[in-house]
Amino acid sequence: MSDVFDPTRWKPAPFLPEADARDPALIFVIAVLCFLACLTALGGLAGDRAAGGWTGQLVGEATVIVRARGGESPDAAAARAAEALAGVSGVTEARALEREKAYALIRPWLGDGTDLDDLPVPRLVAVTLDRRAPATAITLDRALKAQGLDAVVDDHSIWIKDIRRAAGVVRWTAIAIFVLIAGGAAAVVAFATRAGLAARRDVVEVLHLTGAEDSQIASLFELRFARIAAVSGALGAAAAGLLGAGLRLAGGGQGITPALPIAWIDLLAVLPCPILAALVAAVAARLTARRLIQGL
Amino acid sequence: MSRNANDAAGNMSADEILRFSRVSMRYGRGPDVLSDVSLSLPRGSFHFVTGPSGAGKSSLLKLIYLAARPSAGSVRLFGEDVTQMAARDLPRTRRRIGVVFQDLLLLDHLSAFDNTALPLRIAGHKASEYRGDVAELLAWVGLGNRMGALPPTLAGGEKQRLAIARAVVNRPEILLADEPTGNVDHDMALRIYRLFVELNRLGTTVIIATHDQDLVARSGRPVLHLEKGRLKPLPPQGPVT
Repeated sequence: MSDVFDPTRWKPAPFLPEADARDPALIFVIAVLCFLACLTALGGLAGDRAAGGWTGQLVGEATVIVRARGGESPDAAAARAAEALAGVSGVTEARALEREKAYALIRPWLGDGTDLDDLPVPRLVAVTLDRRAPATAITLDRALKAQGLDAVVDDHSIWIKDIRRAAGVVRWTAIAIFVLIAGGAAAVVAFATRAGLAARRDVVEVLHLTGAEDSQIASLFELRFARIAAVSGALGAAAAGLLGAGLRLAGGGQGITPALPIAWIDLLAVLPCPILAALVAAVAARLTARRLIQGL
Repeated sequence: MSRNANDAAGNMSADEILRFSRVSMRYGRGPDVLSDVSLSLPRGSFHFVTGPSGAGKSSLLKLIYLAARPSAGSVRLFGEDVTQMAARDLPRTRRRIGVVFQDLLLLDHLSAFDNTALPLRIAGHKASEYRGDVAELLAWVGLGNRMGALPPTLAGGEKQRLAIARAVVNRPEILLADEPTGNVDHDMALRIYRLFVELNRLGTTVIIATHDQDLVARSGRPVLHLEKGRLKPLPPQGPVT
């Protein structure tokens, strides 16, 4: 039987067959891993933003508890404290809160039947600090003492520490999960490379025995799995991006929940996924292929 | 002409292409499949390697095409001791050797043309440099009208000739063939043998491992006869009919 073949129009065919029956399963597994990695990245970014927001709010504020001394009324002491604090460098605003606010804080412990006007309930002064150069608790305390006021300054430093610690835990947990997933993807690719080499031992053997360098053979598998991982990474990133966008849209301006406020810009984090997946796959395939070829 | 090189240690002479010096070989921890083999082949020679199954013919060829290393002794090829050669230098030497494997090792997903061009691509040549040569070679081995065919669609003799075309396309200095006529009829065996003779006439050193005693006897070519991994004098042959 003759066939129509024009050598002048011939172009070299790929050494490895274009498609493998196992490719769809591999693409699915890597895409799922990339999807999870992207979700982790989005979660980490949103958690970091939430912690940053809370910390920012607390850093910009302080609360002063003022107790009346001598014959001075609590309201007058609070007003005097607000006036003293307003003049301190690093304070933007100092405002004595209404007595009802102080009562509202104490009422749960004393019950509705108690007449709080008969009790020396301390008053609260809300202080807004200059975010660029905020006054310290010591400075505020000094200013209050100079006016002979009996007051306690709470600059929220205990909460800030806790929130910063929590944000750090979220950040490092996200990084650890991301690294674990990347490691899982690399292991999957290494396993697939081994299977691919075993299935294509004929190609490897012929290339090896006809004088191909180990690196030449390894590069075939490297390119093949990098391409598969890039496609899988794009699919996983697209799915995670869509989910992130959906969550952002569902929650309006605050995101799906104030605890994890996803921003539109966060969705850019999924863009490097195909490149990272391809790099991880290429390295895993190269190392695996070279080790196996050297064993031939 | 082959000569026993048991006592021939030292450097190769200019017309020598291959020398085995007291070579033994085993697979893993198994017994020796080759024992104390010494031989020397001149450049441009044509030899048959004969012997019963399991005598070590394929192992001998494997040592020459650098798919295995000896467990003892040394192999010198093209004037270099390949026994001591670094792994990174082996591909360069392999490109000077053409091999027709016993099971052919054709790549089923590549056309006859692609299979033939494979060693040239590996060596880094551009397609435009060798397209014509590959087409000419395939025509020479009688596959001019099957260049685009995939190996599974080729007949046994066509596959053999395709494997030969791939083995010689980069003009190797040594051509090794392991049972190249094992699965073809007598007429095709003769056609294939004539291809080897022609290649040898063009200067290629040819070594063929075969069971085909009739072909060996008809050729009148020198024989390396193996029995239980050792080189032995060729046993007396019956009359060739």
